[in-house]
Amino acid sequence: MLKKMGQEKKRRLLGWLFILPGAAIILLVRFYPMVSAFLLSLTSGTMNNQTFVGLQNYARLAKDSLFTTSLFNTVIFLVQIPLMLMLALVLASLLNRENLKFKGLYRTLVFIPCVTAGVSYSMVFRSMFSTTGLINQLLMSWGLIDTEIQWLADPWLARLVILLAMTWRWTGYNTIFYLSGLQSIDKSIYEAAELDGASKWKQLTDITIPMLSPIILLTVINSINGTLQLFTETKAITAYGPGNATITLSNYIFKLSFEYLPQYGYAAAISYIVFIIVAVLALIQMKVGDKR
Amino acid sequence: MNKHGSFSRSRSGNDIPSHVFLIIVSVISVFPLYYMVVSSTNTSVDVLKARLLPGTALLENLNTLVTTTEFLVGLRNSLAVAIVGTLFAVAVTSLAGYAFEIYHDKVKDFTMSFLMLSIMIPQAATLIPMYLLFAKMGLLNSVAGYVLPFVSTAFLIMLFRQNTRSFPYEIVEAGRLDGLSELGIFVRLFFPIMRPVFATAVIVSFMNIWNEYLWALVVMQSPDSKTLPVVLAGMTAGYTVDYGMMMLLATISTIPLALMFFLLQKSFTAGIAGSVKS
Repeated sequence: MLKKMGQEKKRRLLGWLFILPGAAIILLVRFYPMVSAFLLSLTSGTMNNQTFVGLQNYARLAKDSLFTTSLFNTVIFLVQIPLMLMLALVLASLLNRENLKFKGLYRTLVFIPCVTAGVSYSMVFRSMFSTTGLINQLLMSWGLIDTEIQWLADPWLARLVILLAMTWRWTGYNTIFYLSGLQSIDKSIYEAAELDGASKWKQLTDITIPMLSPIILLTVINSINGTLQLFTETKAITAYGPGNATITLSNYIFKLSFEYLPQYGYAAAISYIVFIIVAVLALIQMKVGDKR
Repeated sequence: MNKHGSFSRSRSGNDIPSHVFLIIVSVISVFPLYYMVVSSTNTSVDVLKARLLPGTALLENLNTLVTTTEFLVGLRNSLAVAIVGTLFAVAVTSLAGYAFEIYHDKVKDFTMSFLMLSIMIPQAATLIPMYLLFAKMGLLNSVAGYVLPFVSTAFLIMLFRQNTRSFPYEIVEAGRLDGLSELGIFVRLFFPIMRPVFATAVIVSFMNIWNEYLWALVVMQSPDSKTLPVVLAGMTAGYTVDYGMMMLLATISTIPLALMFFLLQKSFTAGIAGSVKS
């Protein structure tokens, strides 16, 4: 008995040894930078010449029009989320139909954008929407437009291209979540509803959406989180342009840190704003998740 | 009558509007990728003319890509970081996730919850301190520096921990009776039985490392250490852009991910949806 307890204790200690590398790295690359970024956000100057300035960097945000622009753009890009998620939900419920023909093929085709690397698909969209690009040529050959549309030179059209690109890339991804959720809903519920004469639409609003609500919430938070951190598309497709019309918070942080004379303290202050928004959302997610 | 007819059609799930909708979505999903692959076989001039048929310039594009760009350097670096990073990530996070479940006690459960908090830390917020820290540690422009943030993530640890719950504890006990060490049980019993979970973790990890762009820009700044996304994005910097060559590189960058997708579609979708089950 005593020997057994000793062994049990030994194993628990050994367990810590198994956990140590993983935990130590997360501390180093997540928690340490988080604390460090806050301290950095209270300073001004370059690497070897930092002075403490208190909350001045945060005060400066209010007067910085480029910060306002990047915050505005980031919020604009959030608009796409409900549309994309509705599309994903419709797709998932279609793809979940028992007797749907070509189900496997449709699923593969709908999921396929998930496999493309961020920069690769950005480059494809960039050339498709360039002035002489494929989209303009198609529209002209179909007689829908007479002159080329300057997709990437107009602020709102450029934003639209980013929104289209994001929708293309992430709709299938969210469909996977919904599909896996739908598969765990008992089929007999739908059969009962069908017998009661409930329409497909009624079944969607009264059965599917309530049953999927935890997963819908997860995808909403995931998408908001991803959009708040949007970087690749707006750098690779539009290069923040035209005239910073598509710059996001992450782009601005990068620009301040690595494209100009570095302003680490100020960039860190902006990164803390992003952190606070994301943290609030994550807390909401956890709160609602607990209720499950 | 008509109403009843449409009712039974929709019941079988094969009504025409649904199929039309699915076909349109499928075409839109595939079209940009089709355009990318086809363009990689066309000359830049043809790409600009929006030619949508396969051409004969594939080898020419490949030759331009190899001889005039940093493609080979990028490919070497991307493969190195993705392979090394994935191996370490799977080893480190599987061991941790396994231990959190098999040897769990109150302190370990608390530690896991604490590590989960790291999921809410946005990448942009860690960028500058990490860059400064890695510069001090001499990790800039190195494989180790690039992969370190990917080697341990709370998401992967969670994935392994959740799945360890379905691993019968009797097997652990049987392994002990057979005289296996604790690490031996993990390697010889847990790994072979839980192979699908490992496959999922490989996919998630490889994709993240292979696709990363922002961190690559920050940590791999020297010309010798560029990864493929950085090389690809840099191609638009010049005065004239060779679109055929660019599309070829975009295609090549997608091949490893597409291969994984087709070989492991089940694990792939399970991996993406993995967090749902947690």
